[in-house]
Amino acid sequence: MKSEVKFIAFKRSFVASLLTTAAAVAVASCSQATSERVAKAPAVKSAQVANYQGTIARVRRMTPEQYHNTVAYIFGADIDVGSPFAPLRRTDGLLASGAASVGVTTGELQQLQRSASSIAAQVIDKGSLDQHTPSRRDFLVPCKPVDENAADDACATKFVKEVGRLLYRRPLSEARVAEFVSDARKGANDLKNFYAGIAGVVEGMLLDPKVLLIADTTEPDPEHPGRRRLDAYSLASRLSFFLWDAAPDDQLIKDAESGLLFTAKGRAKVVDRMLASPRIEQGTRAFFDDMFGFEDFGNLAKDASVYPVMTGATIKDAREQTMRTVVDHLLTRNQDYRDLYTTRKTFMSPALATVYQVPTKPGWVPYEFPADSPRIGLLTQISYLSLHAHPARSSPTYRGKALRERLLCQKVPPPPANVDFSILENPNPLLKTARQRLEAHRANPVCAGCHKITDPMGLALENFDGAGRFRAQEKGADIDASGSLDGKEFTNVVGLGQAMHDHPQLTSCLVRRVYSYATGGPLSSADDGAITALNAAFGQAGYRYPALLRMIATSDAFYEIVEPAGETKAAQNSVSGQSETTAVTK
Amino acid sequence: MKDITRRRILRGVVDGSKVTVALPFLNAFLNGNGTALADGAPLPVRFGTWAWGLGMNEKIFVPKTKGADWELPEEIESLKNVKKHINLYTRFNGFRDAAPNLCHKTGWVISRAGIAPMNQTDYPGETIDISIAKKIAGPTRFSVLTTTATGNIRDSFSYENANSMSIADYSPILFYTKLFGEDFQDPNAKEFKPNPRVMVRKSVLSGIMDSAKDLQGTVGAEDKQRLDQYFTGLRELERQFDQQLQKPEPRAACVVGKSPKDEPQAGLDYKLVGKRHEMMTDLLVMAITCDQSRVFNMAYSQSAAATSKTGYDKPHHTASHEEPVDFDLGYQPQVSWFIRRSMESWAYFVEAFAKQKEGDGTLLDNVLIYATTDQSLARIHSIDNQPMFTAGRAGGKIKTGLHVVGDGTPGTRLGYTAMKVMGLDVSGWGTQSNATQKEIGEIIA
Repeated sequence: MKSEVKFIAFKRSFVASLLTTAAAVAVASCSQATSERVAKAPAVKSAQVANYQGTIARVRRMTPEQYHNTVAYIFGADIDVGSPFAPLRRTDGLLASGAASVGVTTGELQQLQRSASSIAAQVIDKGSLDQHTPSRRDFLVPCKPVDENAADDACATKFVKEVGRLLYRRPLSEARVAEFVSDARKGANDLKNFYAGIAGVVEGMLLDPKVLLIADTTEPDPEHPGRRRLDAYSLASRLSFFLWDAAPDDQLIKDAESGLLFTAKGRAKVVDRMLASPRIEQGTRAFFDDMFGFEDFGNLAKDASVYPVMTGATIKDAREQTMRTVVDHLLTRNQDYRDLYTTRKTFMSPALATVYQVPTKPGWVPYEFPADSPRIGLLTQISYLSLHAHPARSSPTYRGKALRERLLCQKVPPPPANVDFSILENPNPLLKTARQRLEAHRANPVCAGCHKITDPMGLALENFDGAGRFRAQEKGADIDASGSLDGKEFTNVVGLGQAMHDHPQLTSCLVRRVYSYATGGPLSSADDGAITALNAAFGQAGYRYPALLRMIATSDAFYEIVEPAGETKAAQNSVSGQSETTAVTK
Repeated sequence: MKDITRRRILRGVVDGSKVTVALPFLNAFLNGNGTALADGAPLPVRFGTWAWGLGMNEKIFVPKTKGADWELPEEIESLKNVKKHINLYTRFNGFRDAAPNLCHKTGWVISRAGIAPMNQTDYPGETIDISIAKKIAGPTRFSVLTTTATGNIRDSFSYENANSMSIADYSPILFYTKLFGEDFQDPNAKEFKPNPRVMVRKSVLSGIMDSAKDLQGTVGAEDKQRLDQYFTGLRELERQFDQQLQKPEPRAACVVGKSPKDEPQAGLDYKLVGKRHEMMTDLLVMAITCDQSRVFNMAYSQSAAATSKTGYDKPHHTASHEEPVDFDLGYQPQVSWFIRRSMESWAYFVEAFAKQKEGDGTLLDNVLIYATTDQSLARIHSIDNQPMFTAGRAGGKIKTGLHVVGDGTPGTRLGYTAMKVMGLDVSGWGTQSNATQKEIGEIIA
């Protein structure tokens, strides 16, 4: 079996080398720095964050990215997965947390079936010399059938065991293997083709709720009698989806099999390997893309008559620029999270350089804005400025709202339903700037309440228009970019960046979001103790992101299971024959 | 087969632009009077919805008279060509009771689910299209087809339950592939041979269903409901596979055009939205004609419509709150401009069904389309007097060409009427003040 796994891994990597993508290169480029990062990460004793309870067992639907990453790991990055999933509902600040409550609709399952069918067809594709496509079946099926036009139980068994183990994130039972081999045999006989039988099995596996749903399975915790913990495979899955945004790799499943995950030392070793892997970049990107609400880029468009510089390439690169900045700052250079809001270091592409009005070279290159530039931190990047604006103008209110909700975990109340805004829209041409217009708006006490929450910091970004271009004036009037944030006054966007840097909720918000993301669902008051402990430990670690990941992933609470407060559960999730099932009633 | 004596026109989509394709009408598929299939089965009656955002300007939207004799006010004058096919419903109300007025949500949720939601993030529960699909989807491939003209998968007004939004098909190319890709069985094909791949799929699926049951038995009560839903979906897939193994009923008017070559450009400029709406509508009409589904949804916009216009700095929703009222006109001119664009697309939608021949009449004769919005006057988020439309005669069960005035009665009466017309065995619809047991009698034929 071991040699077979190596074989398939070798073949997978071979395919990947043939089909190298830019993303793969980008990921690989940071691997060495990642190793250094882990070595430099301040040691944080798990005891510091162990004095709180665990989390509840959840059933999560895979996110589209997790599904895509999992398929890419098992079958190769060039497999076209399509878009078979329904969108998730943002819950407690994260789309990923919405996965803990979303159902799978009939229509969605039909889409998933079509996607599964397409993936299966690609897996057994025999390639084409004319089209210069490789024969995937030669690399992804670990053996050759004796006769390609007939069933071959021995070869099918090898395939089912290897692929099933990775897709189901645990070894398949012998009975389940036999069922799939039987399906492969029937398919091969009916279709007179061994690979067609294999395709049928792959398609079926990809529709199995045990694959598409990440169901936490639990077992009694021998170290804490009366309590339960995740079983080793569920713990491996939780780690992997948290840190890599994908299902566990072969080694992690082996670690689960060996019991390594249930010793503090072993778990630390495993987590350090995962943090050192290039795949940590994939996980980090997924988390921040979610936290920043970057899914909205999928439908971002600007009025071309007002912002002709904002092309599709600009919008795509704006998102990528922020992701590169985050990865470089937090992972490659292992810097203080707070400095993301004051750093002038970033990366530049030709499409973005047009908007920033700076010189650059072809491709992505590191770039640092000068010390006297108003470009300081993530808030002054095109991604934030254009995403939180109208198609043809800026929006201090949208920008302020996003700052509070996305980055500080605060809640901005919705506008009252019965306010007539239009009577406040003064067509007086003397009101040239957004500040002047919003001051008129805030004259209404009903509006003033919410706008006082969003506008003072949003107005500090008014030197940037709806596309993120710098401007000193609006309609010929000088822009006043002064503002305040929760008691801190500033005169311009540099002051806003520093105020964000120093805001205590900047780091506590990150802790909340990361912990929620790690444990697979929205937080509750039961998590308060964990959040408090993590906040303190994060500070002691110098607000280094890898250290935060490590302290969460190695903590006892990460795998200990508690009952949902005030709820009755018929049973803890468990897998028949593998973990004990108990009825717990509160 | 009888001689081909008539011809019918089907609008197709080629390279993203409309073309007309002449096709023979095969009398052999129908009975003598063209109201039923040759085997005596009546032509199926279908149900659809259409949604637009941000309501109306009452002064220029609501006709001055009711009944069959009414003039189209200027905001809906684009409906001139389809007036005879539609009904306009005004002065019906949605009731919040103790729930808050959730901007751009309360209104449409009442119209689609019969309840006033309590907060912005809650999903509404089962919407009317899903309820009706459970009754009429029959042997079709897709129980419901949900589409949007915005290009955003999230812009859907269809929900299976409080946890599950129906995916909106947003890409004409992907939608074409879904409908008419390799799993499509031409109902008019001369020969039928069951696809052995489908038999293999079905065989594997039974093991997956066992796996679902196994998992279902190990999770808590809340997750068990989600697994129930998953299991239902698998059963539906199984039914679909069974159906694919049967020879489909011939559909004379079913002629599939070519796939669009290019996607419409991303963006919400009204021209782009209008183009996407046309392409998705044409595909939808083709899908319904070919009996791939009997329930369908189209969202012209999200509820707080973000449709924009090049050179005007406010998208529709922003304009609804910021554009000054023109005191001479008595309304916000730019906001009305956006609503008029919505109505043009509504007219296109109805006309697309009306142009599609079926039997001795048109596809629209055998369809009921229910069109709703989220507000009446969006400027102040009012949900009183939200306008609604229907289009089509539902197989002769609905009168058309009427302006129906509700006099403040629940708007849910229209949804309830639609359910009864579609054959649902329900004694009422809606909750609290939106609960109704009274159909809108004026429209029943």
